[in-house]
Amino acid sequence: MTRRCLAVVLASALVAAAGCGSRSANGGAPSGQMILATTTSTRDTGLLDALVPAFQRSSKCSVKTVAVGSGQAIDLGARGQADVLLVHSPAAEQAFMQQGHGASRLAVMHNDFVLVGPPGDPAKTAGAGGIVPALKAIARTKSPFASRADDSGTNTKELKLWQQAAITPGGGWYIKTGQGMGPTLTIASQKRAYTLSDRGTFLATNNLESEILVQRGQELQNPYHVIVVKHAGTNVGCARVFSRWITSVPAQRLIGSFGKSRYGQALFHPDARAQ
Amino acid sequence: MNPPGTALLWELITRTATVSVSATAIAMAIGIPAGTALGLLRFRGRRGAAAVVNTGMALPTVVVGLVVALVLFRSGPLGSLNLIYTVRGMIIAQVLIAAPLITGITMAAIQALPDELPDQLRALGANRRQLVLRLWLEARLPLLAAVMAGFGHAVSEVGAATMVGGNIHGQTQVLTTAIVEDVGKGDFRPALAYGAVLLALAFVVNAVLTSVQQRGAGWARF
Repeated sequence: MTRRCLAVVLASALVAAAGCGSRSANGGAPSGQMILATTTSTRDTGLLDALVPAFQRSSKCSVKTVAVGSGQAIDLGARGQADVLLVHSPAAEQAFMQQGHGASRLAVMHNDFVLVGPPGDPAKTAGAGGIVPALKAIARTKSPFASRADDSGTNTKELKLWQQAAITPGGGWYIKTGQGMGPTLTIASQKRAYTLSDRGTFLATNNLESEILVQRGQELQNPYHVIVVKHAGTNVGCARVFSRWITSVPAQRLIGSFGKSRYGQALFHPDARAQ
Repeated sequence: MNPPGTALLWELITRTATVSVSATAIAMAIGIPAGTALGLLRFRGRRGAAAVVNTGMALPTVVVGLVVALVLFRSGPLGSLNLIYTVRGMIIAQVLIAAPLITGITMAAIQALPDELPDQLRALGANRRQLVLRLWLEARLPLLAAVMAGFGHAVSEVGAATMVGGNIHGQTQVLTTAIVEDVGKGDFRPALAYGAVLLALAFVVNAVLTSVQQRGAGWARF
């Protein structure tokens, strides 16, 4: 949490510095400092640590990363406090584009959501036949469920799934943590609660007793898009270069292979079409 | 984005006050006698104990939170008590935060009394209980300052409250953790409102303690 707050302050403080970079470019390649606002899942899995240095080697742009919830990242973009977004909240992204805050929006990759819960699966979600029946089973048995309740992409997804199950979650069994995925997974594990997580953060978080109970299926896909922010004072040049780079073949290959050695499976699946 | 509802605000105020006032009361019950003993008695290891207490006054609250959380986790030594992510667990953490402060300041307050005072009181026929009560009365200004410092530390900390309480809405969320959460979401307005309320709460509690402290502050000591 503290890191998130710091990130906000950092973002505000760096705006001035970021703005001046590309402006002074004398016909050469875009350069200067660029703020990438992205989600905690890309940071917590370590994907950013692989992508950002590779991008910086291939361009004259230096990247400052702010890892927050998708909702807040999009908010930073709307206020011109970030130059480029890498986020997963399709409905909010479309609204962002419609309001004219974005210059371009391209598919980058997807990972998937999983329903995790206590070993033994008291609500019998694993055999329920999909995520929606699983949520219904949790609500019916009033089994504890931990919700991030933080307007993040994952939280938005979770609420949409409850809607599809025609359930308004609430009451003692529905635990709102108001925190990121990692702390929420820990709380869920300790309280023997179910929770919805992206697969990457679940695999990357240590000391959990929870197990994956429901996975795959159309509803559980989690697409990430890269958005170039259109706002006075932003470093559009570097943002464009980043957007082109992350959808290029080498970066897409990097994304597809990330995590295989550490987790035994890829955490993200490249989605960008050949440019 | 949304202004905090009044019901939620009262819930947070009540829970914050409950946790921190109970923790301070328990820390007082431990810290004042312990500090008095350290200030009054001469025993082997007293200096070492005093150094430990003084270090405890600088205990980082996140470290307290981490250790208490590890102990209370279901896999931890006291996991079977089911105290993790509960108000009682948070009280335990805040007691550990406030008690060293109260102990340390009490010790200093008792030592700051005139050296001959205990002997004079004994000569006047005071028994041990009367002696201690009289010393506390003499030292009431710094003793209440100790309690205020303990409460201030407990009510304002956020690290232990998050780790041990979990910031669970409607169960363990307090004003400080609500502020961090709202800032994380970019909702600065409710965060500022909670901050103002937290200050007001600290003011009310301290005003009560101050009125006790200052009552008869002008008494001649003898």
